[in-house]
Amino acid sequence: MIPPIGSSTTGATGWQPQPVALARAKSNERARKIFLGFTALPVVLILLVTLGLLIRSWPILSTYPLQDLLFGEVWKPSKMLFGLLPFITGTVWITAVGVLISVPPCLLVAIYLSEYAHDSTRSFIRPILDLLAAIPSVVFGVWGLVTIVPFVESTVMPFAKAAFPYIPFLKVDQPTGFSVLSGGLVLAVMIAPLLISVVYEVLLTVPNDLRRASLAIGATQWETIRRVLIPQVLPGIIAAVVLGASRALGETIAVLMVVGNVPQIPTSIFDAAYPLPALIANNYGEMMSIPLYDSALLGAALILLIIILIFNVLSVIVLQRVKQRKWE
Amino acid sequence: MESHIQVKDLKVSYGKQEVLKNVNLEIPRNRITVIMGPSGCGKTTLLMTMNRFLELNEGVTIAGQVLVDGHNIYSPDVDVTEVRKRVGLLAQRPTPLPMSIFDNVSYGMYIHQMRKETIEYKQAVRHYLELAGLWDEVGKRLHDPATALSIGQQQRLCLARGLAVEPEIILGDEPTSALDPVSSAHIEHKLLELKEKYTTVVVTHTLRQAKRLADHVVFMYLGEVVEQGPAAEVFGNPREERTKQYLQGLF
Repeated sequence: MIPPIGSSTTGATGWQPQPVALARAKSNERARKIFLGFTALPVVLILLVTLGLLIRSWPILSTYPLQDLLFGEVWKPSKMLFGLLPFITGTVWITAVGVLISVPPCLLVAIYLSEYAHDSTRSFIRPILDLLAAIPSVVFGVWGLVTIVPFVESTVMPFAKAAFPYIPFLKVDQPTGFSVLSGGLVLAVMIAPLLISVVYEVLLTVPNDLRRASLAIGATQWETIRRVLIPQVLPGIIAAVVLGASRALGETIAVLMVVGNVPQIPTSIFDAAYPLPALIANNYGEMMSIPLYDSALLGAALILLIIILIFNVLSVIVLQRVKQRKWE
Repeated sequence: MESHIQVKDLKVSYGKQEVLKNVNLEIPRNRITVIMGPSGCGKTTLLMTMNRFLELNEGVTIAGQVLVDGHNIYSPDVDVTEVRKRVGLLAQRPTPLPMSIFDNVSYGMYIHQMRKETIEYKQAVRHYLELAGLWDEVGKRLHDPATALSIGQQQRLCLARGLAVEPEIILGDEPTSALDPVSSAHIEHKLLELKEKYTTVVVTHTLRQAKRLADHVVFMYLGEVVEQGPAAEVFGNPREERTKQYLQGLF
């Protein structure tokens, strides 16, 4: 029983919770639970999405051999052939090319911004990078279609054909610019803002004392960057690259518009490819009368999700370690 | 006494805030000069003008001259890396570079291409570690990461690293304030030993340390040099009222 206000049941008057205080505590607790509920939502969503994909792709996972699914080279749903290898290799190719093109210039930009640039330059460039990140994917796709694809077709491919006819990954076997390279170029631009800002933030975690220790004995800024900063932030750079890759892996519409969407295993950056996200986006909802087709597409989605989750988790772990590192 | 560093009409401001007002100084060669004063008086700012570190901060304006051996280190023909090679700095917090003990000491010699053969680097690293009084403790584990050393050892490593590029001048920015008493004594002892060969300028806010180290004293207050002179004079018989009050611990 709650004692009335002012009554003293024990020796310490006034310190027991009063009715008003109990009500306040209760509403506080209610608020906390509501906030918690919404905070838990992302976790629940990831689990639900994964579970949903697992359930929907179960028909094919349980009947079709997993190795035929992952390593089968032929995709002919009407003949009950669901080899995803062309799409998995396509995704890997496009992502790898995109990351390889994007990383070097992004490193230079991030290092410039954090080490050389004046405050005024920084405050000018950073919003522009945010703007670049805000450009809708489909706009990048259109841009790729009207500039990158023709550029690859009319300039890069003839050059590669003449310059390196025998280098395996650079062979030109097809006539159009719809290719892994076009997809990689578009992706490179799309992941650049993310790469730059992550590397920049990692560089910010390096204490100034460290730069000054190097400068104090007469090192130039470049020597300091090369011999002190880069070795120090290398894990962070790697994590940034992995994060960029996981963003690139899932990019759908812009890539789909420029890579040609031919279900083949690419052997050159000038081959057309058909990445997993494009496969799903192009086909889901069509020809669903074919048995297992729907299930195979959702299996592809599950594989994509798992790859991206692994990449993300890895990079987040490394980044947290870098940021918490003791610099003593 | 011959002066090694002269500061002439030095004015420094951060934005609109003036932190050094017309400073003029003479710093004698091969002596320890202690710059003392209450916090915020501009003593570290003054020190940082002597290896051109101050200009690393954005929004700083520096006017006037700092002459080393009669040459203005702020004149346009001066190479800033050469200034910093000749004017070493022992920072407040020991900051080993993220590399091995050996590489920390050889880093400066390497970037300035001061040696040729590997054997010369090895000999030099040993020499400077001995000079900093650290060789006996680390001689057998030169390739361990420098961060594994204790804070006191790290500061002596930083001293060795600074000495390795053969400076003429050592600046110390409260070089013992992050250290325990034993390590502090070690560093002070080293500075006293080294003053035969190097001109040393130390900023400190502890009066007792100033008295232990100083041959020459500069007392600063609110961005001005109030008094400067031989330690015996400034401590024993200060001319200025503010110096007297500071020495009595009034502020």
